[in-house]
Order: sequence, then structure tokens, then C-alpha cells
Amino acid sequence: MSAGAVSGLTELMQRYEAVIGLEVHGQLLTESKMFCGCSADYIGSPPNSNTCPVCLGMPGVLPVMNRKAIEYTVRTALALNCEIPEHSKFDRKNYFYPDLPKGYQISQYDMPMSEHGWLSFPVDGEEVRCGITRVHLEEDTGTLQHAGDILQQARSSVVDLNRAGVPLMEIVGEPDLRTPEQAREYLVRLRQILVYIGVNDGNLEQGSFRCDANISLRHRGSAELGVKVEIKNMNSFRAVQRALEYEIVRQGRLLDQGQAIAQETRGWVEAKGATISQRSKEYAHDYRYFPEPDLPPLQLTADFVERVRAGLPELPQQLVDRLQRDHGLSAYDAAVISAEIEDARAFEALVGAGVAAKSAANWLMGDVARLARETRLPLQRSGLGITGLAALIGLAERGRINGPTAKALLEELYVQGGDPVAVVEARGLGQVSDEAELSGIVDRVIADNPAAVSDFQGGKEQALQRLVGGVMKATRGRADARLVNQLLRERLGR
Amino acid sequence: MTPPTASELAGLLRSGATTPQDLAARARADLKRISDLNAVLRYTDSLAERQAERAARTLAEVPERAGPLCGIPFAYKDVLCVEGVETTAGSRILQGHRPPYTGTALRRLLDAGAVPVAVTNCDEFAMGSSNENSAFGPVGNPWDPGRVPGGSSGGSAAVVAAGAVPYSLGTDTGGSIRQPASLCGVTGFKPTYGRVSRYGLIAFASSLDQIGPFARSVADVAGVFSAIAGWDAMDSTSSPTPVEPVEDQLGRGIEGMRLGVPHEYVAEGLEPGVRAAIETAFSELERLGATLEEVSLPTTEAGLSTYYIIAPAECSANLARMDGVRFGLHIDRPSLTDTYLETRGNGFGPEVKRRIMLGTYALSSGYYDAYYRKAQKVRTLIADEFDRAFATVDALVCPTSPLVAFARGAKSDPLSMYLCDVLTLPVNLAGLPGISVPCGFSEGLPVGLQVIGPRFQDGVVLRVAHAYERATSWHAEQPPVPPVASGAGS
Amino acid sequence: MTLSRDQVAHVAMLARLGLTEEEMELYREQLDAILAHVDRLQQVDTSQVVETAQIGGLLNAWRDDERRPCLSVEAALANAPKRRGNHFEVGAIQE
Repeated sequence: MSAGAVSGLTELMQRYEAVIGLEVHGQLLTESKMFCGCSADYIGSPPNSNTCPVCLGMPGVLPVMNRKAIEYTVRTALALNCEIPEHSKFDRKNYFYPDLPKGYQISQYDMPMSEHGWLSFPVDGEEVRCGITRVHLEEDTGTLQHAGDILQQARSSVVDLNRAGVPLMEIVGEPDLRTPEQAREYLVRLRQILVYIGVNDGNLEQGSFRCDANISLRHRGSAELGVKVEIKNMNSFRAVQRALEYEIVRQGRLLDQGQAIAQETRGWVEAKGATISQRSKEYAHDYRYFPEPDLPPLQLTADFVERVRAGLPELPQQLVDRLQRDHGLSAYDAAVISAEIEDARAFEALVGAGVAAKSAANWLMGDVARLARETRLPLQRSGLGITGLAALIGLAERGRINGPTAKALLEELYVQGGDPVAVVEARGLGQVSDEAELSGIVDRVIADNPAAVSDFQGGKEQALQRLVGGVMKATRGRADARLVNQLLRERLGR
Repeated sequence: MTPPTASELAGLLRSGATTPQDLAARARADLKRISDLNAVLRYTDSLAERQAERAARTLAEVPERAGPLCGIPFAYKDVLCVEGVETTAGSRILQGHRPPYTGTALRRLLDAGAVPVAVTNCDEFAMGSSNENSAFGPVGNPWDPGRVPGGSSGGSAAVVAAGAVPYSLGTDTGGSIRQPASLCGVTGFKPTYGRVSRYGLIAFASSLDQIGPFARSVADVAGVFSAIAGWDAMDSTSSPTPVEPVEDQLGRGIEGMRLGVPHEYVAEGLEPGVRAAIETAFSELERLGATLEEVSLPTTEAGLSTYYIIAPAECSANLARMDGVRFGLHIDRPSLTDTYLETRGNGFGPEVKRRIMLGTYALSSGYYDAYYRKAQKVRTLIADEFDRAFATVDALVCPTSPLVAFARGAKSDPLSMYLCDVLTLPVNLAGLPGISVPCGFSEGLPVGLQVIGPRFQDGVVLRVAHAYERATSWHAEQPPVPPVASGAGS
Repeated sequence: MTLSRDQVAHVAMLARLGLTEEEMELYREQLDAILAHVDRLQQVDTSQVVETAQIGGLLNAWRDDERRPCLSVEAALANAPKRRGNHFEVGAIQE
């Protein structure tokens, strides 16, 4: 956003309060679809190769509930502090659209599986608590591709039903969020929890985790709610934040001019950095909800819920506490390590392989994180892997190789793999830390670089590095850097 | 000569007096002979041939494994899906549609060696009481082809009444097996809701539909029921309670049984001929040792209204999938919405459209509580009343239909047509088992006696029906045999 | 209770049924009559009654999370009236 726009935002937010509520849809990591035995893992499948009469909505078929999907939804609800009513049911949500084979979606309307939860998280040092209205279960639709990619202008579209029927969890948040930053953090936290408890893979790009937002503005101090605008088509957390910022500016300026806000749905257009009104539908949706007659209702007893609770994996906050308590990590380090569950697992595996906690944390947060980003390979799937990294760190910790060598080896072996111990051995990369040997080299370098020596002795600290560099070059990068520094300073008198 | 029952045919097959292929050929010829009735929509020749051959092998090589239906021909209603066989629900909108799967009830019959020879005509999407709503023409009643056979399973009733096949499958949502059975003088059974899997049944009203058999004997009906009943993993509404072996119930007689006569079902509205036949039937039941007593089901009168909210509401959603995108009729227009409008507007017949609109209206914003929710509450009252009655009686007996077969075109007003089912639809609302057995004639047209039982007491219903059948000979009456049509092969 | 033509038109559109003007009027009349009859429901006292959720009385009819073979692409598309490659094709979806 341009500087002018940002300052516009800040100024507007002094006078207006944003009321933001988020709706998240998350596909569940089950083996099969919600109501049939087709695979729930459809990404990459050729069009319409993952269907059966049931998810195709053929005449005469019937849905049968996936028990695991129900358990995962209860698991999520528990992780979000929700109540689980004993009685719930499915309903038909009726509308016509080509990606909806039956002409209705099996969803939950007035008796959802869970309600009244909350999610709490810090933003800028301040604890934000956002209510969770409900978590319910439904089935996903198929996918559409429009000729020319723009729906409004497409003369035709094509339908792929591979995704139709995949279990989809809907998490509705209360409109308790007040800034785009809070909204973004809510999504980060929610996604993290879903990944941690193993129900969703948190993949925004592939659409397994989707978010829509509702935002309204009101004068600061007012208790009345403004007109709610729905925002769709935000494909990243950053897009959510930007879209909300845009909306605050758009709505704020309209209100300043005394104009009314239209209650509508707007789509975020990344390329334009703006939301665009989606032409209001010609015929308003009347979903005509009624209880799904093909599915008996649910009775989730206290026993059932307790069993799911007992199987609830560790939540991010629990892990953060444990990392500090058991491994002595700082709150900051613990938070960074636990941001992605894969990193937390890598950390624990390294510690398990004998690496010191602080070392493991530093390596993971530093070079490994960078390499994982660059190569798009998380550590667990890199050639080097956990064991390789553990061995590498071990060599560095024991002084067998120096810092630069360790880093270089990491770069080299990360993708292709290899045994660091063997490589060091084979190439003689062991750290040179024999004082006698190094002293000789140090003296030679001093003799060969009079300019650097006099610069250093004259007060230029950086000049020392040129001398250190010379020793490194002479030892093919293997010198113990700390010892080299020490020897140089001794000889040069400072 | 009375056409043989399935049980009799089973005996002939085992004795070697006939073969499955021979039976199938004869059935086909007999069906062709009555083609003027328009009861058959299409023949399933290749399937019949395969099944007959398999059955013949089973009977020859492992006869101990051959069940009672092995090798016996039958017909089934055009709403039951068989893989690769054109299934249209009597509708233009599904013309040419070939399901990619076979439904459970038919799968069980095929596995038992049964030989399907034809797909029978029916009211479109099972909506109707006269089989005049089929997109493929009305069906004639074998007793008088200018009259209706009843509906919606009119075709299935007619082919059995005409003696062309020993049994057929139909479906019953508000009376669509029992009422045509009554009008055609055959036995028709609707099992307890949830007893027979609905997987493969093109849905009309999900909470009311059941598949059931027509036959000319209660024993045959019981045999088919046993073959198709039982829990199915593909139908969440199918019941896991084990199916009682109903054959044990046949032949037990009804001595000492208490049979209730619902006052509201006999008080008024019956044609005089129907009333007379029913009263004779009641006397017969008493003569057989049962005690008849009057019971009251006060909410009966609201049954029609309840049914005509719930069934259309459910069907309006069930039929939404007929949209021209993945199967069925497609009338091409540049816009999707127009394709929907044209395809559905032209593909569905008037009765179907009426019910879709009724249902859509009843569910729509602002009307849901007054209509759908209210109807589901009244449904509870109706079901509870039956339960209370069954606390004092073992089963209920009453007429199936207030009238005998009427002339085609006689009931053009929808509401007057709906009134045909007032005595049958409460049974669907309560999910109970119900049967119609022939109990006499009025002006030469059949009258049916209905027996209703408590939920999952299908055997009790069959027991009463069987005892009555044993003591009477109405079920053996046959309609006039049509002359061999000129040029028709046999 | 008198159903208006506009109400019928609205319901027909919700149900995506294209009706001629004649049909609109015919159904208006017929539905009106049916609804008049159905309104008898309002006279039934249901104050003490809960609506029937499921006549079968079943609960928790779920299945294990297991994969089953799916249809081939050809079988899935065999009945498709309008097909492009291995997709179902539809006309312009004006929103």
C-alpha cells in the first residue's frame, strides 16, 4: 500500500473502529470423502477421475457419514474451547450451481456439532480473545474453470467433481477482531492449531484452508454496528490483511463523505490491490434449509467427546510451554520453533539425537530455515535430513570443524544429502586448531600483509579481518577462527 | 388356469419340468401379449439371458445353493437402478439415462438368481395414484384397460395381475404399492421404513419411500421380502435390527389375535361396493378366530395435508439434481440459468412440477415453520397414535383404497387424485409395514384389504394377510385374458 | 390464502422450472387449492409435540474412514449431455 494510503488508514482508524469477523473453511485430512469412499486426497488427480455415483449426485444414491470426519471436527472444536452439544444433525442447503451435483449441499444449520468457543493470542504485546461462534461439518463442492478465467465474461465453464464431497469444516469466528493485523494473527494461529492437531494441512495455495471476511466500520465509541461487507477471494494471509486495510480506507472515505455503505459481497483482486463489488445476485439465495432425511442425527455422548479429547494432540501453546520448561528455550525461540509443527518436530528430533537445545534452535531458525525456503524442501524431506544435520552440528560443537566449514557443508549437503562425518574425513576438512601449526601460518600472513598490520595497529578494527581472511585462505577455510583471532591479537599487541 | 406362483415355479424348476430360459421366454411373450396395457417400458433381454443362464447352471450344478427365487422371472419399476440399463423414472428428463451402478435391492435379487425380464411403467418419479403421469403414456388396468391400475407402481401391479410374471418390484411412498395392488386385485407389500435399502431407488420422498413386492400370493411376497430386506451400508436409514424370518409367521393363523379397525378409515368416504367387500372381509377375519375392535386415530384427517407438505418438500430437493449437467435431458441455451429453466420446465411433467413447487414453497423463507415444521409435528402425532393403538391390538385392518379403479381421465383435479391415498399415506408417515390383499369385487373391479402392523413387525402383517388369503379365493381370480395380438410373436 | 402470480414465478425460479404464462396460471390455481386444504394443519394442536426428525429412530449411522474404488472417468462421464474432454461443460454462468 502506498505511503499515502497507509497514512490514510492510520488516520481513519483513529476515528473509525473496524469490526471484523472471519469465516474459515478447512478440508479435513481423512482418507475418504465425507459421504462416500472416494479419496479425499484429490489434488493432482486428472479431472473427474476421483468420483463415484454418490459424489456425482446420480439418481438413487445416498450419503453415508465418515466417522473420522466427525471425530476431527470434535477434535477441532475442543482445541478451540467449544461446547459440544449432545444432539446435532445435518441439513440440506438448497441452491443450483454446476459445482454442486445434488442441487443441495449437505451442511449443518441450526444444530451444529459445536459452538461458543474462543481463540486467544497476543498481537503487539496485547492479548486478543476472539470468540468462535461455531464449528460445523459439511461437504465441499466440485471446482469450476471458466473459459478465459473470468467468470463474469465466460461463455462457458467446465466442471470437475474430484473435490465434490471432500469433508469441509466451517469455523465461524465472532466479529471480535478490530484490526487487519489481529485478523491476520487470528488466521495464523487458527491454521497452526489445525495443522498441529492433524486435521488440516494448512495449505492456502491449494485451497485446503480458505478464508472469507466480514467487515463493518463504526465511529469510535459507538456501540451500533455498521453495514457489513463480505470479502472473498483472499488467497493468502497477507491478502487478508491488505484486503481489510483496503476496505477500511474505502468504507472510511465513503462514510466521511456521508455516503452509505452497500451491504454486498466484494472480491479481492490481488493484481489491483483492491476489492471489487461482485454484482449482487439476480435472485437472492433462499437456501430453504431442512433436516437431511437421508442421515440419522448425531448423538455425541460425553464418553465420545472424552475419548476424542484424550486423543487430542499437543496444542501449539502447550508445546511452547514445554519447550521453555524442558529445554530452556526463550519464549521468543520457543514461539519461532513452534510456528510450524514440522520445525518443532525437527527440533525435538535433533535434541533427541544429542544436539544441545540452544544449538538446535539456532541452526533451525537460521541457516536451515533459509535453505528450506530457498530449496522448498523442509529439513525432514531434504537430502541431509535430521540425522545428517545432527551429525553436522555435532562436528561443529566438538570443534572438529569450524563455523564457516559447517555452514558450507550444510549448503552443499542439504539437498543432495551425504554423511558429514565421512565427507569431513575424506576431504580433510577438519578444523585446524593446532596452535603450533596455526602460529606458523599467522606469522607468515602478518609478514605478507604489512599494510593490513599497520592499519590494524593504527586503530582500524576491520583490518584484522583481512588478516583472518589470509589465514583462512592459507588453511583452505579450516582454521579455528577464534584461535586465529587470539593469535593475531597477541602478536600485534591489541 | 391360474398362473403359477413363484413358489410353484421354483418346484417346476427343481423337478426339471421347465428351465429359467423357458420361463423368461414365456414371461416375455406374456408381457408382449398385454402390450396394449402399456405396463412395460422396456425389456431387459441381455440381463435376463445372463441371469437365466447363471440360474440354470446353479440349479444343475449346486441346487442346494439355489434359493427360492433362483431362475424365476420378474419385472421391476422404472425407478430402480441397474447398471447399464436405461432407467427413466417414467420421465422424459431421464430418457436414455443408464445408471453406472446397481441398487442394493436389485443386487440382492440378482445375486439370488432372479431373472429380470422387463422394466415397468410408473407415474413420473413415483408421483401419482393412477399411472397417468408417466411421460411414456398411461397404463391400463388388466380388469378393464380403460381404467387406471392405480399408481404410482401401476405397471408393476398390472403385469402381476395379468399373470405375465409371478412377482414384481414396486415402490411405496404414500401408497404406491398398496393402492395399485388393491385396484388390480393382487397382493402388494410395503415393508417397515428402513427394512429395505433405498440405495438405487430414485428418490421421491426420502423419509417415506420403500421398495416392496407385488405377487399373487402372500407366500411369494414374503419370499421376495426376505431376499431384499436387511441392513445396507450404503443406506444410512436402513435399520441394523436383524430381519426376522417371516416365513415362520405364515400358516400360524390368526386365532386369538386382536385386530383394530380404525374408525376414521371406515366411517365415511368409501364407495358402497368397497364398504360391502371390506365388511365381508372383517367377518371372515372374525370367523378365523380374530377379535376385531374399533380404535381411533383422530389425526387421520390431517394426514393428507401432512403428507402433501413433507413429500413435496423432500422431492423438491431430491429432484434438484436433474439439471442437465451430468446426465439426463439437456436443452442447450447460451446461459446456464436458461438451460436449467428449459431442461427442467420441459423435462418434468405437470404433476412433478406441481409437487416441486409445492415443496419449494413450503420450505421457503417465511413459510418453513408454518408448513414443513408444522407438518413434521403433526407427523409425530400420527405416528404416536398408531403406537398407542398397537398397545392394545396386534395389527390394524381397513380398506386400502376408498374406491375401485376409476376411468382414465376421471380425476383431472390434483386434489381429488391425492384423496385416493388417504388410507395409505398415514402408514408411510408412521414408517409402518402395510400390505394390501384382494378381498372382493365391486362392479367387477377388485377391492383390497389393508393390514397395518407395528414398526418392524412385518411378519405379523404377513401372517394376518396369509391367513386371510388361505381362507378365501379372491387372490386366485384372474382378469380376462387378452386375445393374442395379431402379428405378436410368442 | 391466495397465491399471486408473482409468488408462483418466484417459487418457479427458486426451483429453476421454466413455466409458460398458461402454466403459471394453471399452477397458481391448483397450488392455491392444495394449500387451502393443507392449511387445515394449522388447526391441529401441536403445542406438546416435537417434530419427527427421523421416523426410523436411528442415530450415528456412520462408517469407517476407508477408501473404496471409484468410477473410471469414462463411467463418470458416460451420461454427460455436454462434455469437453474429461469435464462436464455448462453455458455462461452469469452471477
